Formats: sequence, C-alpha cells, structure tokens
Amino acid sequence: MSVLDYPFDNAYILEKKKSIKRELLQNDKFIEKKIAVLSGSTIGEIKNILELFLLNYGIKPEFKVGGYNRYFEELMFDDGSLKDFAPDFIYIHTSNKNIENLPVPQDSEEAVKDKLTKEFEKFKTVCEKALSFGAVVIVNNFEMPFYRMYGSKDAVAAQGVVNFTNKLNVMIADYIASKENIYLNDINYLSGLIGLDNWFSLENWYLYKYALAVDKIPDLAFGIAKIIKSALGKNKKSVVLDLDNTLWGGVIGDDGVEGIAIGNEQPAGMSYTEFQSYLKRLTGLGIMLNVCSKNEEKIAKQGFTDRKEAPLSVDDFICFKANWEPKHLNIAAIAKEINIGEDSLVFIDDNPAEREIVRKSLPTVTVPEVSCPEDYIKAIDRAGYFEITSFTKDDAKRNEMYKQNAQRAAAESAFTDYNDYLLSLEMTGEIGPFSTAHCERITQLINKTNQFNFTTRRYAQSEVEEIIADRTNYISAYAKLIDKFGDNGITTCLIASVEGTNANIDLWVMSCRVFKRHLEYAVFDYLVAKCKEMGVKTITASYLPTAKNVIIKDFYEGIGFDVTLDSESEKRYILNIPEEYENKNKVIKMEIV
Amino acid sequence: MTREDIFARLTDIFRNVFDDDEIVLTDSTTADDIEDWDSLEQINLLVAIEKRFNIKFQLADVSHLENVGAMVDLVARLIA
Repeated sequence: MSVLDYPFDNAYILEKKKSIKRELLQNDKFIEKKIAVLSGSTIGEIKNILELFLLNYGIKPEFKVGGYNRYFEELMFDDGSLKDFAPDFIYIHTSNKNIENLPVPQDSEEAVKDKLTKEFEKFKTVCEKALSFGAVVIVNNFEMPFYRMYGSKDAVAAQGVVNFTNKLNVMIADYIASKENIYLNDINYLSGLIGLDNWFSLENWYLYKYALAVDKIPDLAFGIAKIIKSALGKNKKSVVLDLDNTLWGGVIGDDGVEGIAIGNEQPAGMSYTEFQSYLKRLTGLGIMLNVCSKNEEKIAKQGFTDRKEAPLSVDDFICFKANWEPKHLNIAAIAKEINIGEDSLVFIDDNPAEREIVRKSLPTVTVPEVSCPEDYIKAIDRAGYFEITSFTKDDAKRNEMYKQNAQRAAAESAFTDYNDYLLSLEMTGEIGPFSTAHCERITQLINKTNQFNFTTRRYAQSEVEEIIADRTNYISAYAKLIDKFGDNGITTCLIASVEGTNANIDLWVMSCRVFKRHLEYAVFDYLVAKCKEMGVKTITASYLPTAKNVIIKDFYEGIGFDVTLDSESEKRYILNIPEEYENKNKVIKMEIV
Repeated sequence: MTREDIFARLTDIFRNVFDDDEIVLTDSTTADDIEDWDSLEQINLLVAIEKRFNIKFQLADVSHLENVGAMVDLVARLIA
C-alpha cells in the first residue's frame, strides 16, 4: 500500500510531498506524458499533488502550468507556446468562481436564460479550442454555491444559483457525452461527497485565490489522476473475491448454506446483498469476477445456487477457485487462465492474513484494506480501479467473450491436431483500413494492449484520426474475428508507414484472447496485399521488449523476416516481399472491407 | 504547551515540508533563510500548522507573519 492509495491522509500528503516524490522517483519504469494545467484560480499545489498521484500510477508528467486565471486567454489566443508544448492532456481548472454571469434576484427570467446560454457557450468555445490542440481534454463541471439567496428554493427559482448551476451542469454533461477525447472531472459530485463547507474555504480563497480548500487538493488531484490513468489504459480489469465473510456473512462450510447471511432479512445479509448487486453491475461494465476461496467447491457454489436472494450466480464468474491451495497460487492461475496481467487484478478478502500473503507473494495485485462488509463498495468505488473514460460495445460484451474463451479452451483439449481445432471453430473475419466508425475502439485497443504489442507505442485518438485521413503515407488495418462460440469484436490493428518502396510496421497490437488463431496471419496477408498494390517491395519491423510482450519476441522470424539488428533494447527486421506470395491464413474466411 | 514544545513541532513540520532534516528554527528565522520557502510553501506551512495544532487561522492572523517567532506566538495564542 502506498500513502497515495485510497484512503489517503490529505494532511500527510501535503506536508510530506517532497519526500513522497523523491521515493516515487526511485521507480524507473514510467510512461511520460505532457500535461498542460490551465488556471481559473490558483493551481500551484494542484500541479504538485497531481504529479504525486500520476507517479504513483507509473505516469511521469511534464507540466506546462498556465498563468493565474489565464485559461481563456491562453487557449483562445495561444502565443504558440501551448502548441509547441504539444500536450497529451489539457486540464482546465475552473470552478464556480469562473462563472461570470451568475443570476441575481433582480434578473428577469429572460435575462437568466441569456446568462445561461452565455456561460455554456463560453464553456463550449473553450473546450472546442482545447480539443483543437489534439490533446485529451479534462474539464470540471461546477460545484454548488456556498450560499443560497432563496434557501431551498434556490434549486427551483429561475434566479436561483443552485438551479442555474444544475442546468449548466446538465448542458455540460450533454455536450461532453456528444464529444470524444474530452472527459468530465465531476467536482460537483466530489464537493458533495466531501461536503461543501469542507470543500470550499473562504480564507483560502481570500488569501491565496484557491477555489477549494488547500487541504482538499489531494482529493481533486486524485480525481484527475484517475481519469488520466484510465485514458492511458491503466485501469484494473478484474476482481478476485473471497467468499466467506466477503460475499456472504458466515462460513458456509461450518454454518451450512442456510446459515450464511445473505438477502435483505437482516442487516448483515443486506450489506452482503448490496455488495453482490454492486459486483453484478460491475460485470455490465466488462469487469470480470472470479472466486478465490478456501472451501469445498461443491459447497461453495451452493451459496449462489441454493440461496435465491444472492444477486450473483455461479455464471457471473469467469474462474471459480474454491479449494485449499494457497490463495496467491490460485490468483496467479486465474491471471493465466483469463490471460491478463496480475497487475490488472483487485483482490477482496475480509481476512487480513490472506491479504498480507497475497500482497507479499504477488506485489502487483491490488489488495485494498477492507475491514467490514459495509466498507467493501466504498473501497472499490472511491479507489477508482475501474474509472471509465471510454466505454465501447466490446467492453460491455467482455465477460461473455471470456466465457466463450473458456468454452474454446475446453473444445481445444478435445482435439489432438491444432489445425483441426482451428477449422472446427468455423472462423470468419472482417479486415479493412481504420475508419472513423471504429476509431474509439481502435484507440482503446492500441492503448490497452501490452502483450501482443511489438512497440508499445501509444496513440491519442487525434493521431488515429490523422492516420485514417492519410491513405498515401500509411497502411492501416483493423480486424474482427467471429467463431462458432461468438463475436470477438475488433481485436487487432496495425499501422505501417510507407516511405518509397518500404513499409515500416510502426504498431501492431492484438488482444491476447485471439492470439494463435491465425488472425495474425490474416492481418499480415492483408498488409502484404496492400504493399503490393502500392508498389512497396520491403517491409521492416521492430520489436521493443517490455516486461509484458515476451510472447511475441520471435514472432517476426516465424513469418519469414530476417533480423537486421539484435540489441537488448530493440530487434529490427526486414522482409523482401516475394513475387509469388502465398497467404498464410488458411483457416479464417476473411472479408475485406 | 510551552514555547519550546511549539518550536519542536514547528521544526518537525518545516523539516517535512522542505524535506530537509537539517533545518533549525529560531525566533528570527524568515523566508530568506530557507531556500525553498516561497509563497506556495508558506501556504503549505500554514495548512500543516493548522492541522498539527488543530487550530484555525483567521484572515487577519496570517497577513503579517514576518518570522518564525511570530508564528510561534500566533500558535501559542490560539491554543491558549
């Protein structure tokens, strides 16, 4: 546990920020990102604390900090410095102190409407301009005012500031929902969570022009950091759950299936039921659930099958490990079986001893401190493990896909010849150049994939859009794969840049759940065909090793490339495209679009 | 709490905020004596002092704190 993991101590972070930073910087594996922080009020300490939370997520920021309350001017009339900085992210720190046209009781209803339009238009103009820099934009909505002229009626009266703020926030939400590459940092919710009287400090405003209390800066910065790490594909993907006293009250092996606390009959049962409902909802976001419990499997499953009050059913879990093996072994096995990194797992267990063993044996697994069932939801929710920025149709279907994968694994074991197995899957696919319709999913795939990823180069959506528009200098390809068990969606994409008669593979990623299904061959066949169309004679490629992409270290050799450079940090390859090229994929029926 | 106690706690805060265990405070220590002590860190110091002593500064309190001695006096007055 880091001092920056939820639940953190704000005062400690603020006081010790220098030594915390020093310690974080001892880690040497960071991805570097440029972040412009623009000011609607004082931002000095916000930047410093944001840096800590980002470092804690493995992101090393290079900041450009705007001048005090100059966000509007710096965006609208950039002197070239913002453009030159080429930010990956722009965070605009505005608050209700930046609303210029607040309603007053003397206003007519028409005048209030005008003010609302004016404020929204200004907000929108700023956002559009920020997006034009090609960065991911993060903006705040507006927190509630600290006093109300009308009392409760402030939320109802046309001239009420609460009413005005609510309306403005809805307009902002609708606008952001309609755009890509821009995310809301919901300070209206956050300030509510903390309490307005705590969130805002008149002293800090008058003295230092901080639009929030200085000691609440860690909460704000944490919120922004969560959005950034999510946009960079650093979310957790799966939860591993203990059963006894975690998903229900009591010990099923001792108390019997009727003896465990679940259902809304008594308070303890209610807390576990609500937790299960929460987890069930998480699966709707594509988060995968697994069980890891010291139990007899048959008895453990009765907790779901024989207690109808349990919101979860056995089918909601991808892996169900109820046995007497040490938990860290089971958890490592789960990561292998569903083919995700251990660092994508969150482990929930009421037993502190089990948590400690897992933390020690599997240091990359996230193990929140949870003390009692009424805290479980909070521990997951506030920590933002699954903070959503983009959400695609494939995400919604992910659980289904992984379950189908389990069926495929079962089918595979029935075949002795791998080729026969592949043929039995009755695979069809779709392949074509990047298109606007698939842009969001493609960007997400590029930024999330770590294993089948030769260069681990990340692309912002705007960069993907450039590639879509430029068919002369780039060959791009995405592919979908469907088999008899279901639709895997878009699972691979490739970008090659063409220079003269050479095409260089800048990026090639594939979701690991379809690796070795020969979709990689189909993609390569497509690349070769495109090269031939464009008169390209040679293909070059590189492999940049990371901790996660070892599985593809010999891939290019396997499909006929020659190694031209083999160093610790990079392998380079070349392939002369033969006159007569025979397609490598013989098992998937591909449709070219 | 004696003036010495307040000094000891302030020293701890200063050492944390500036990440420097060598800092020694006297009544006459000012921002000129500590390299990183700028307006941003001044805010940090005040917030940390409020938390540590569980006190709340008023606007008028913090406008003219010319040295550490003045800070100690202010804390002594508020916890009295």
